[in-house]
Amino acid sequence: MLLIRCPHCGDRPEVEFRHGGEAHLARPPEPAALSDAEWAAYLHQRRNPRGPHAERWRHIHGCGRFFNAVRDTLTDRFLATYPTGAARPDGTQQGDPA
Amino acid sequence: MHENSVIRHAGITLRALPGMARFALRCAPADAPRASQALGLDLPLAALTASAGAGRAALWLGPDEWLILAEDGAAETLPPAMEDAFAATPFSLVEVSGRQLAYGLSGPGAEEVLAEGCPLDLSDAAFGPGTCTRTLFGKVEMVLWRPGPEPAWHIEVWRSFAPHLHAHLREALLDL
Ligand SMILES: [Zn+2]
Repeated sequence: MLLIRCPHCGDRPEVEFRHGGEAHLARPPEPAALSDAEWAAYLHQRRNPRGPHAERWRHIHGCGRFFNAVRDTLTDRFLATYPTGAARPDGTQQGDPA
Repeated sequence: MHENSVIRHAGITLRALPGMARFALRCAPADAPRASQALGLDLPLAALTASAGAGRAALWLGPDEWLILAEDGAAETLPPAMEDAFAATPFSLVEVSGRQLAYGLSGPGAEEVLAEGCPLDLSDAAFGPGTCTRTLFGKVEMVLWRPGPEPAWHIEVWRSFAPHLHAHLREALLDL
């Protein structure tokens, strides 16, 4: 079974985790100032790279916390996991757009 | 009825544990001393560890989340004690005594029964005395706690999942 390293609990089986979508998306500070197209892009448009991708994950059947991970979408290999709020680790550049 | 049953097989015993008071505690780790004072027990701050004594136990479930287990009287006395200890400091204490129940699984090799449905490494090296965690047994969420060095496990499960979990544990035990 694939092991995922929770920043709080250490290496744990993948069935304890849930995927939470793309990481590092900042909510626009003034949504009302955005055009419909800009708001729709914030809500719905996500990168879908072939290669390393920064994602939110939740250790839902463990400590329950969200954290971030860089996962290679081609190999399913986790390159790094790190706490929510921390910067994306060096050396984990985003993969090419699909 | 599964809640009253005791099953013995291959030197391993699966039994329902008596009712107890249970609380879900949420507070900032920095405020843990306040909870410790009210509990009369050091709230564990290290991940995946529990502390126990004097009829009470505190199980680390997350960086700001604990499961408190206590003898029944605590259901009346713990909330006011926490309110006094925290005063104006934010915290959350929710009584969940009836939400879940507990099974005890004990005897040499008991971890092999758990391995039927739990994907964790339950060896001494990985899951030593005093370790606890929320995890899965099959598709059922449970809290697993190993109170001491002997091969004895405390299993907490939400009530509606309990008959299924018990049946699965029973099958695993009888298959040994
Ligand atoms: Zn965790």
